[in-house]
Amino acid sequence: MKDSPISRVSHQSMPASVEPVLLVRDLQKSFGNNHVLNGFNMELFMGENLVIIGKSGSGKSVLIKCLVGLMEPDEGQIMILGKDITTLDQEELDQLRTEIGFLFQGSALYDSMTVRENLEFPLRRHLDKITSSSSNLIEDALDNVGLRHTIDLMPSELSGGMKRRVALARALILDPKIILYDEPTSGLDPITAKEIIELILNIQRQRQTASIIITHDMDCARVISNRMILLIDGQNYIEGTYEELYKSKDPQVQAFFK
Amino acid sequence: MLPNYLFEPLRIYFIEAGAITRFAIRFLKEVFKPPYEFQEFFKQCFLLGYKTLPLVGVTGFIMGLVLTLQTRPTLVEFGAEAWMPSMVGISIVREIGPVVTALICAGKIGSSIGAELGSMKVTEQIDAMEVSGTNPFRYLIVTRILATTIMIPILVILADFIAMTGSYLVENLKGAVTWQLYFNQVFAHLDFSDILPATVKSFFFGFAIGLVGCYKGYKAEKGTAGVGRAANSAVVIASMILFVIDFLAVLVADVFYEL
Ligand SMILES: Nc1ncnc2c1ncn2[C@@H]1O[C@H](COP(=O)(O)OP(=O)(O)OP(=O)(O)O)[C@@H](O)[C@H]1O
Ligand SMILES: [Mg+2]
Repeated sequence: MKDSPISRVSHQSMPASVEPVLLVRDLQKSFGNNHVLNGFNMELFMGENLVIIGKSGSGKSVLIKCLVGLMEPDEGQIMILGKDITTLDQEELDQLRTEIGFLFQGSALYDSMTVRENLEFPLRRHLDKITSSSSNLIEDALDNVGLRHTIDLMPSELSGGMKRRVALARALILDPKIILYDEPTSGLDPITAKEIIELILNIQRQRQTASIIITHDMDCARVISNRMILLIDGQNYIEGTYEELYKSKDPQVQAFFK
Repeated sequence: MLPNYLFEPLRIYFIEAGAITRFAIRFLKEVFKPPYEFQEFFKQCFLLGYKTLPLVGVTGFIMGLVLTLQTRPTLVEFGAEAWMPSMVGISIVREIGPVVTALICAGKIGSSIGAELGSMKVTEQIDAMEVSGTNPFRYLIVTRILATTIMIPILVILADFIAMTGSYLVENLKGAVTWQLYFNQVFAHLDFSDILPATVKSFFFGFAIGLVGCYKGYKAEKGTAGVGRAANSAVVIASMILFVIDFLAVLVADVFYEL
């Protein structure tokens, strides 16, 4: 699988669902005088890979942290699977979060736990959601990313690429419908990055999940995206397929493709 | 009006004190709410308490040894060496044991909590816990503060005993006192009014060490420098608070026994 060229997801295969699984309206978020998000709008449909690009510090991580309730937006509406997350209480929010996988920018594996315990952690509060035994589930999840042999290692014993894959397995363990990837390939060599991209594409094919992928890596965006949004000044500056953005004459857009 | 170079540090001081107080109130609100994280609590008791025992033991032993070696000549001069055990007992139980043990724990435990939580914070591990349905405040903070609150009084009591053993050793070498006689002497003059305030004080010491370490780690700023600062200021602030608590404890105990 490693050697095969990464195949491009065709747009035609995208199931046309009318109801978005995730909807953001007029999102605003400031830190003091720093207005990071300024009326951001977005929709995400089932089975789709949406890539968000933007300069460093433009608020991409802030945006997806707002989506899972890690940050509270100042203003605006966030609907996930038909629920307005700003109105949910803690228990409802936790329940909704089981439907969302989150891959953190720096993997965020728990240093003091083994790989097994890392994968067990999301399961401890949601045993009702699991049908097979949890140790089977963990082994299968690691198989999926090709790292079963690392099950008893500590995160400090893994390479950066392995950490990213374990973190991916952890994000997927509750079989979420929506997955948020914060720069899944940053800091990895091109070959490892390619493997991660393959994994993300496989997940989309097998599970028909909806994903938001934040990235700086335009090769990754080209291969992975069904649709792209460019975030500038806290707003969705332009939206379209990779080709549409690539052909755009706008210098602000062109700057990303150089 | 205050000049700016005085005003600014004062302002920061009050903001910080307010924030730590709010953190403590949040702890008190969360501590009784289920789900309880027993497993993590016992793990922390082991890591924070048991693993500090060697350090506390060695310090306590030397404390008792030195205290006895240094006071003995003076007491001998007045022909009062029979008072040695009770004097050492009282000073260790009332003041030296709790304060020295707590200071050592502020150094070891406070910095380790500050650094651990600080690095979990800056590498987004705390965020990761939150999105996987575990309340990180309850899982990380409540368990650690409870663990220090319970383990430090126990460490203090152990340190007291070890210190008195050190003291006994000196007495035994110089004056051939038996173990039994020595400890009879110690306890003959140790009152409930010596032991109770010291123990209550130790609980507060433990609470303060856990609280400040957790607060500093949980609020650590981005970057690896933030982790270092969190660990460092956890130790400094906790040590300062220990002395304030010690002072208040003396005042309160005084009022109590005047009555
Ligand atoms: N907790 C916070 N407190 C204050 N400011 C913050 C906080 N988090 C983010 N910011 C600010 O928000 C802005 C956007 O940050 P964010 O992390 O979303 O950038 P990003 O687009 O993800 O960048 P990168 O590509 O480097 O990850 C930055 O200016 C940052 O300083
Ligand atoms: Mg980011």
